[in-house]
Amino acid sequence: MVEEESIRVVHCGGSELNFRRAVFSADSKYIFCVSGDFVKVYSTATEECVHILHGHRNLVTGIQLNPNNPLQLYSCSFDGTIKLWDYLDGILIKTFIVGHKLHALFTLAHAEDSVFVITNKEKPDVFQLVSVKLPKSSSQEIEAKELSFVLDYINQSPKCIAFGNEGEYVAAVRDFYLSVYFFKKKTTSRFTLSSSRNKKHSKNNFTCVACHPKEDCIASGHMDGKIRLWRNFDDDKKYTYTCLHWHHDMVMDLAFSVTGTSLLSGGRECVLVEWRDAAEKNKEFLPRLGSTIEHISVSPAGDLFCTSHSDNKIIVIHRNLDASAVIQGLVKDRSIFTGLMIDPRTKALVLNGKPGHLQFYSLQSDKQLYNLDIIQQEYINDDGLIQIELTKAAFGCYGNWLATVEQRQEKETELELQMKLWMYNKKTQGFVLNTKISMPHDDHITALCFCNAEKSEIPTLVTASKDGYFKVWILTDDSDIYKKAVGWTCDFVGSYHKYQATNCCFSEDGSLLAVSFEEIVTIWDSETWELKCTFCQRAGKIRHLCFGKFTCSKYLLGGTEDGILCCWNLLSCTLEWSTKLNIRVMEPDPYSENFAAVSQSSEGSDLFVFKPSEPRPLYIQKNISREEVQWGVFVPRDVPELFSSEAHQWLNRSQFYFLTKSQSLLTFSTKSPEEKLTPTSKQLLTEESLPTTPFYFILGKHRQQQDEKLNETLENELVQLPLTENIPAVNELLHTPAHVLPSASFLCSMFINSLLLSKETKSAEEIPDDVDMEEEKESDDSDEENDFTEKAQVTSDPGLEEDIIHQLSKSEEKELRKLRKVDYSWIAAL
Amino acid sequence: MAGYKPVAIQTYPILGEKITQDTLYWNNYKTPVQIKEFGAVTKVDFSSQPPYNYAVTASSRIHIYGRYSQEPIKTFSRFKDTAYCATFRQDGRLLVAGSEDGGVQLFDISGRAPLRQFEGHTKAVHTVDFTADKYHVVSGADDYTVKLWDIPNSKEILTFKEHSDYVRCGCASKLNPDLFVTGSYDHTVKMFDARTNKSVLSVEHGQPVESVLLFPSGGLLVSSGGRYVKVWDMLKGQLLVSLKNHHKTVTCLCLSSSGQRLLSGSLDRKVKVYSTTSYKVVHSFDYAASILSLALAHEDETIVVGMTNGILSVKHRKSEAKKDPLPRRRRPAYRTFIKGKNYMKQRDDILINRPTKKHLELYDRDLKNFRISKALDRVLEPSCVIKTPEVTVSIIKELNRRGVLANALAGRDEKEISRVLNFLIRNLSQPRFAPVLINAAEIIIDIYLPVIGQSPVVDKKFILLQGLVEKEIDYQRELLETLGMMDMLFATMTRQESSSLLEHTSVEFPDKKKTALCCLNRTKKNF
Repeated sequence: MVEEESIRVVHCGGSELNFRRAVFSADSKYIFCVSGDFVKVYSTATEECVHILHGHRNLVTGIQLNPNNPLQLYSCSFDGTIKLWDYLDGILIKTFIVGHKLHALFTLAHAEDSVFVITNKEKPDVFQLVSVKLPKSSSQEIEAKELSFVLDYINQSPKCIAFGNEGEYVAAVRDFYLSVYFFKKKTTSRFTLSSSRNKKHSKNNFTCVACHPKEDCIASGHMDGKIRLWRNFDDDKKYTYTCLHWHHDMVMDLAFSVTGTSLLSGGRECVLVEWRDAAEKNKEFLPRLGSTIEHISVSPAGDLFCTSHSDNKIIVIHRNLDASAVIQGLVKDRSIFTGLMIDPRTKALVLNGKPGHLQFYSLQSDKQLYNLDIIQQEYINDDGLIQIELTKAAFGCYGNWLATVEQRQEKETELELQMKLWMYNKKTQGFVLNTKISMPHDDHITALCFCNAEKSEIPTLVTASKDGYFKVWILTDDSDIYKKAVGWTCDFVGSYHKYQATNCCFSEDGSLLAVSFEEIVTIWDSETWELKCTFCQRAGKIRHLCFGKFTCSKYLLGGTEDGILCCWNLLSCTLEWSTKLNIRVMEPDPYSENFAAVSQSSEGSDLFVFKPSEPRPLYIQKNISREEVQWGVFVPRDVPELFSSEAHQWLNRSQFYFLTKSQSLLTFSTKSPEEKLTPTSKQLLTEESLPTTPFYFILGKHRQQQDEKLNETLENELVQLPLTENIPAVNELLHTPAHVLPSASFLCSMFINSLLLSKETKSAEEIPDDVDMEEEKESDDSDEENDFTEKAQVTSDPGLEEDIIHQLSKSEEKELRKLRKVDYSWIAAL
Repeated sequence: MAGYKPVAIQTYPILGEKITQDTLYWNNYKTPVQIKEFGAVTKVDFSSQPPYNYAVTASSRIHIYGRYSQEPIKTFSRFKDTAYCATFRQDGRLLVAGSEDGGVQLFDISGRAPLRQFEGHTKAVHTVDFTADKYHVVSGADDYTVKLWDIPNSKEILTFKEHSDYVRCGCASKLNPDLFVTGSYDHTVKMFDARTNKSVLSVEHGQPVESVLLFPSGGLLVSSGGRYVKVWDMLKGQLLVSLKNHHKTVTCLCLSSSGQRLLSGSLDRKVKVYSTTSYKVVHSFDYAASILSLALAHEDETIVVGMTNGILSVKHRKSEAKKDPLPRRRRPAYRTFIKGKNYMKQRDDILINRPTKKHLELYDRDLKNFRISKALDRVLEPSCVIKTPEVTVSIIKELNRRGVLANALAGRDEKEISRVLNFLIRNLSQPRFAPVLINAAEIIIDIYLPVIGQSPVVDKKFILLQGLVEKEIDYQRELLETLGMMDMLFATMTRQESSSLLEHTSVEFPDKKKTALCCLNRTKKNF
């Protein structure tokens, strides 16, 4: 029994991952990104979310590693706090209360106990860069009020601020000028582009800035796609800049590699460009990244880059420009045409994804399962280009079939329309294109639905179109002696006085088809395709049409544009009831008679849950969202919950999710969102989180020559990590056929011994003793075996590795001989 | 990341006959050689031994033809009356034939006079065959009897009088020397066993049986008569399939050399090819006259069909085209290809696979690198335009989708633009290409309007295009008129279903034409 709480509207994942630059951990094992009110920790190797750091009460706007302790992470948020986290355990260490809305966060290695934030103090659109002194205190919550002003009138985006040359100066860009503040001199120099002074509408606004980590060099990105490298900027007169131009559209982000030898840039072209040695001709490309690059970041170890994309995706890229991992959230880049659907097989939420794709998104794990490429054409990301849009999709026959409609309309008369039917292939576990129908109708398709009745043998699809017709498509056998094949063909074309068909719907048992033609609802017999009856209410065009389910299957519901909800009784062919309700979304619950309707009024959206048999609603929730609700869907629960109170019963078997105009995915729940989201693995391997990547060994050693600090530990590490493959005993054990090996109890001790480190002789002696004890209990009388255990004990001596091989082969021989004997006798007995 | 996605080429359903392996196989014959015989050709039989000569029975003569000869290499003409059913023995050295007067004659291939004459039938003998042991002959006659003859001492061994009408066809088993099958006009097919002196199996065909055929395995029997071809299971004596694919009586049956296809010839002048697994028609041949006899040579090298008008049609398989007259380019040695492939993974090695290279068409390569004009040039090559206009149209469509069609079409000289115009003139009126090409035509007219009048070649093409569009508009207008008339007719009819189906044929098409017309009118004014 679930404790009864009031039902609340909660966000359910799908928040933006690309809001700010992602941050790598010091060892490049983890990547952090802001995600709504949380910070998410992903593994760069497995793409799994390992931790969700929650604690902020508003949008998280910036994250940075603590420069003094690479195992800690700072984050700032709109709620006016800076929090310090231990990301390995996912624990909040400290909270610094600043009090103002914080827009971005920067840390510097030499500025020990202060961080830089962007705030707006007085006016809402005037932003300042201030440094915040973080007081040292043992308490959990500390007030940090000591702010010192650095720069004024800056852009709120953290992309427009960069700290250079170990914090000697800070560069900020806004509109047409670049300002550099020198901390030592405490002076600000301001540079403008010569061309921008003359031309009023020139497109060379600054968009982003990055500073070289070693040299005095600032790179700035511009609206017209140029990248400028500024040098000698400490002198107002002698400054110079060079220009790099490849991008044809705005440069979205810039980043220098750790050593500063190469510069990364990205933009709308979806191409990551690497400029080597800041030279125009030395550039490398990583093309076809899918969508606009919003942010670029570089790991402190230097072996990985990552790009955040506008389709809510983070791509982890190797130093040699190989994409190694993709962290994909719910794609929200574009408007949703298909609405929300539930894949009957995976129970995943299905909607428009990347351009031309359908995304399958798991609500439980807040993760994209996969993308289905529907349009299958090269995506050209260009301004003002009319793309092919995936406008409609529907699942049928328990997820065996998927119908999609794509269209492209350049001019009024030129409509390209294509309907595709996809069959689920059990072997490949994916959808395979079966039939492609070009121009199924002469005008936009307004609705499509499958007949999902259990008894229907032939899969049937109905499409309704603005051209005044509805078409019935059936699956037909297309096989001949050479191959077996099935295909879809048109079976029936129906119309009603040339009115535009606006909606279609099959009854639960598949015997009736309802098609609405503007204001009129027509009922057709699905056996003979005869017009049975019509309903007309003269209350505007029908926007929603749906049959009742289970006990309410005799009712047909229709919502009209004039804000009337009608319920017709199909047995008596009369209007049962009607009410004035301006419905935006009407969705049936697949597991009950309930319907959810979301109405739109000037104040906000309200939810009504009702049964068609009763005009009184079961449940009303006012003001579920201030925005317009665009789509909704009932998602079946994995485990039904038991709410006893009548108001909550509609949530027993399924949950209602809805999508607002700003594309936030919301649901109704009695629980708080924190309880709902479960990261896939809570435990984080608290092994050495200091760098151990091979790359680090090269780079790290380099640094140590200057530092000479970590030398010992590193050497230790090198010794301490013998790969299991390199131990001959283990190898021998793994490569010998299983049937000639002695029993596992014998090998156990030896195996453990072989794994022990040679230096730690103490522990090595302890373990074999224990094993020996057990061994004696278990072992039978045979001398050979006792012999063997003794020898195994000897192997604990670190210097005798070669012996192990010898021993093992000997024992093997014995075993083999033994086995042979047994084998022969057994055969002889037969 | 995801690789380049090649341009989707719009495919259109192929109208008419589908191209399958069978149509390719059975169409791969040369034009038939026609040989005139003296009368209706009632039987064609191939020798099963090289050089695969065949015996043709027509009127009172039997001609032996060589494989490629048009003249008979031998003739047996010692028949007083019509000869029937000249059949080779399995070893190809003896030939047996029946005749109208009731005699059965056995010939040596090299000799001229009959070796043996079997007398005993009182009426015309229409079917004769050698048994599997080569020493006996089976014959069926119009006196309703079936007789088994011994060759060495030319004696009658057995007589079966079970049929109640003319026995017109028969066939001896290839495996068992004692079994043979006969079909009769009494609608039955009977199987006889020489050891039991009576029929062991009788099946009812339903029509007078014209031809019977035993499968090489002996398990299946095919009989034809009336319009039906029926396949029987010999072990159960059951009907397996009944095929009715001819309009008239099926007169002859034949198996392809692989045993996978069954051929039937009929009086309706058609030969049909069936698959012996599904018994569906996979191909069909047409002939000039009613077919009486049909035979396939070894390995299906030749199809010989005899017809009622005395014409023998001989089709030879096309010989495999001899290609490669040019010396072959020297290719890298085998070891270059296997270089590194046979390397065994060592213990510490990490295996890295080279990503497989995807093959891209040339125009795709150009599009991938944004060389749009070049891509368009490539698909406007004459070979592409003639063979695969849909590729050209798809590329034009793709360029339009990318918003660069105008750029790709601009800046062309006289030769290049006339190439584009040629393509438009050729394909503009095709309904499947029209939406894309009308758009392209509009763009071309917009771009090249200022330079009209400078080149007579291009001007001529424009005028041609204009004429084409005008013709098309007239045609569409006529179509609409017809549609209007039909609508009126349908409106008067009480049935409603058909009207809704026929209404939407091509209503929106003329609108597009109108836009094209506007453009062309503009060009006209410029002239």
